[in-house]
Amino acid sequence: MARRIIEGSRAVAEAVALCKPQVVAAYPITPQTHIVHELAQLVADGNLKLEFVNVESEHSAASVVLGASATGVRVFTSSSSQGLVLMAEVLFNIAGMRLPVVLACVNRAVSAPLSIWTDHQDSMVVRDAGILQFYSENAQEAADLTYLAYRVAEDHRVLLPAMVCLDGYVISHAWEVVDMPEADQVDAYLPPFQPRYRLDPTHPVSMGMYAEPDKYLEARYMVQRAMERSIGIIQDASNDFERVFGRPCPGLMEEYRMEDADTVMVAMGSMASTAKMVVDQHRESGEKLGLLKLITYRPFPEKLLYQALEPASRVVVLDKAVSLGAQGPLGTEVRSMFLGQPRPRSVSTFILGLGGRDVTESVIDDALRKARRGQQTGEFLDLRSDLDLEEV
Amino acid sequence: MLEKKVSPRLEMSHLFASGHSACSGCGEALAARLVLWAAGPDVIATSATGCLEVFSSNYPNSAWEVPWIHSLFENSAAIASGVEAALRVTGKLDQVRVIAQAGDGGTADIGLQALSGMLERGHDVLFVCYDNEAYMNTGVQRSGLTPLGAHTGTSPSGQTSSGNPNLKKDMPQIALAHRIPYVATASVGYPFDLEKKVKKALSIRGPKYMQIFSNCPLGWRHDPSETITLAKLAVETGLFPLYEYEDGQLVSARRIASKKPVEDYLRPQGRYGHLFAQESGVEMVARIQAQADVNIERYGLMAKKE
Ligand SMILES: Cc1ncc(C[n+]2csc(CCOP(=O)(O)OP(=O)(O)O)c2C)c(N)n1
Ligand code: SF4
Ligand SMILES: [Mg+2]
Repeated sequence: MARRIIEGSRAVAEAVALCKPQVVAAYPITPQTHIVHELAQLVADGNLKLEFVNVESEHSAASVVLGASATGVRVFTSSSSQGLVLMAEVLFNIAGMRLPVVLACVNRAVSAPLSIWTDHQDSMVVRDAGILQFYSENAQEAADLTYLAYRVAEDHRVLLPAMVCLDGYVISHAWEVVDMPEADQVDAYLPPFQPRYRLDPTHPVSMGMYAEPDKYLEARYMVQRAMERSIGIIQDASNDFERVFGRPCPGLMEEYRMEDADTVMVAMGSMASTAKMVVDQHRESGEKLGLLKLITYRPFPEKLLYQALEPASRVVVLDKAVSLGAQGPLGTEVRSMFLGQPRPRSVSTFILGLGGRDVTESVIDDALRKARRGQQTGEFLDLRSDLDLEEV
Repeated sequence: MLEKKVSPRLEMSHLFASGHSACSGCGEALAARLVLWAAGPDVIATSATGCLEVFSSNYPNSAWEVPWIHSLFENSAAIASGVEAALRVTGKLDQVRVIAQAGDGGTADIGLQALSGMLERGHDVLFVCYDNEAYMNTGVQRSGLTPLGAHTGTSPSGQTSSGNPNLKKDMPQIALAHRIPYVATASVGYPFDLEKKVKKALSIRGPKYMQIFSNCPLGWRHDPSETITLAKLAVETGLFPLYEYEDGQLVSARRIASKKPVEDYLRPQGRYGHLFAQESGVEMVARIQAQADVNIERYGLMAKKE
């Protein structure tokens, strides 16, 4: 184990390298590019042996890793924003074909307007695809979730793709102290990829067949069941993580100062760090505030999340994405957990930080203040007041 | 007589099994069977979405006796690139050949970008385009490989239209521009020529492109029994020349013994019916004839053997 100051992208690239994928395909897009540069350099320097396929689009990047995974090797790809949206068709396909592809999404806003800065709208586009989605708070977690992602995705009880999300720039381009494990630790944690089926002339199989209405529903149900099963497998993988690496990787969610909290914020990604600071400040003045950092968004660990939030009387959800015409995706799902429950709670949902707008302590304070005044629904925070926003 | 000679060899191939749901007389089904027959069992095949994929893989039934994968409409070449990369990195590329397949739409239109990437990167893959000159799986719409004058759902003939207004895209030349070692055209009308070309292609390392003329009796509206006759006529008129390029050089072009007028080929097909019912059809037939003549000239199809 070596603690080093490295860039977030470098941490993810090295974590990927330690997992020894055999085929990597990716296409440049800001802010994901550094991960691919690092991997390409590791290969060029002879420090990593794999096929690096320089594709002509993200659609092909995802397709190349699909084909390679189906042929029985471990693979990796990554993207952001427009690239991820272009991949979306293939990502749904990968999930339906039950291929344990692992990818990194360096979160970035979706055009228009064009923005290279971070929010979670890109990964939300594929939240319904059948991909496990993990949101990381910092470089350490992004690297750690990479080992965990491979392990869970390739588990024969799961066999689904997994996506490690890290906020663009805030994590991908920031230099942090990161604990990088030794190769034999990763080997002990992550067994070699054992495909359940693969393309092999000695045992011919057909993959990606079409299903008539008497079978499609069942195929989707089986993905749904695998998603549900994966919750326990993520927990196991998280427990094992601590055993092998000697430090925790919570996996599903992290509870921060939630004991006795009557107000709990729910957030994903790097803004959880800021929210933790806000919690500390409020605790100092005697307020019973806590944070639930959700790491696994898909599968949505509803039961455990409900249990964790159950004692609170006020829940404040911070969404770095919006379903235009409805509300924030996380807010909608958290609120729906409390519907029909005997004890009423105030669940306020906010949308903030889109397109790289800084999520500062004062913005989070504003959310808390507004939530205290009464339940808020899909309220945008930190909007400029010097522009006419009612203009079409 | 010929039939007797052919069938025992064809019967040896069960790599593309019968029982699939293609229309009778389907050129694509025949072409795929011939490709696998020539390639043998040590193959991994990919397919794009399209008729071939649909009629061969209705879960849980599959016509494919070789490992086969279908993903999407436009990514057959990229899937094959990934399969090839995996075989290469695991040291199996010497024992297994990779064949990517797509219809003309999956090749020349929506799949062109992925194909270009695959050719340019130099993957050791044979890409086969089953050219039935339209989007058949979605009910006969025009593609970039639909020929001049053909009626389709999106290039209909009518008061102000003589069918498809555009020339068939010269896809083999696009493939050639990638400086790949082998480019060929073939036809279901000439199974042994097709066999020879598949075998040669698979003996060459690197990217290969083959475009196979594959009638669609349903979309072209001809009698299913006419598949082979019309496939031969397409060659004998000069409309679909059969040739091979190796390392950028034209190395073979099937000569035409006696040139047939394009009308012989067009008349039996419903997709050209309007050309013989409308006055404006005369001009269109002349333009199609001119196309055939250009091909004959360009590939030296009538040239005397030295
Ligand atoms: C992205 C996408 N667009 C459109 C379709 C619908 N579609 C499926 S097959 C097909 C036509 C296939 O035509 P071609 O490639 O020529 O194959 P054929 O069916 O003629 O053999 C179309 C348009 C699709 N499956 N995916
Ligand atoms: S529609 Fe045409 S290509 Fe499709 S199965 Fe029928 S004959 Fe073959
Ligand atoms: Mg077609």
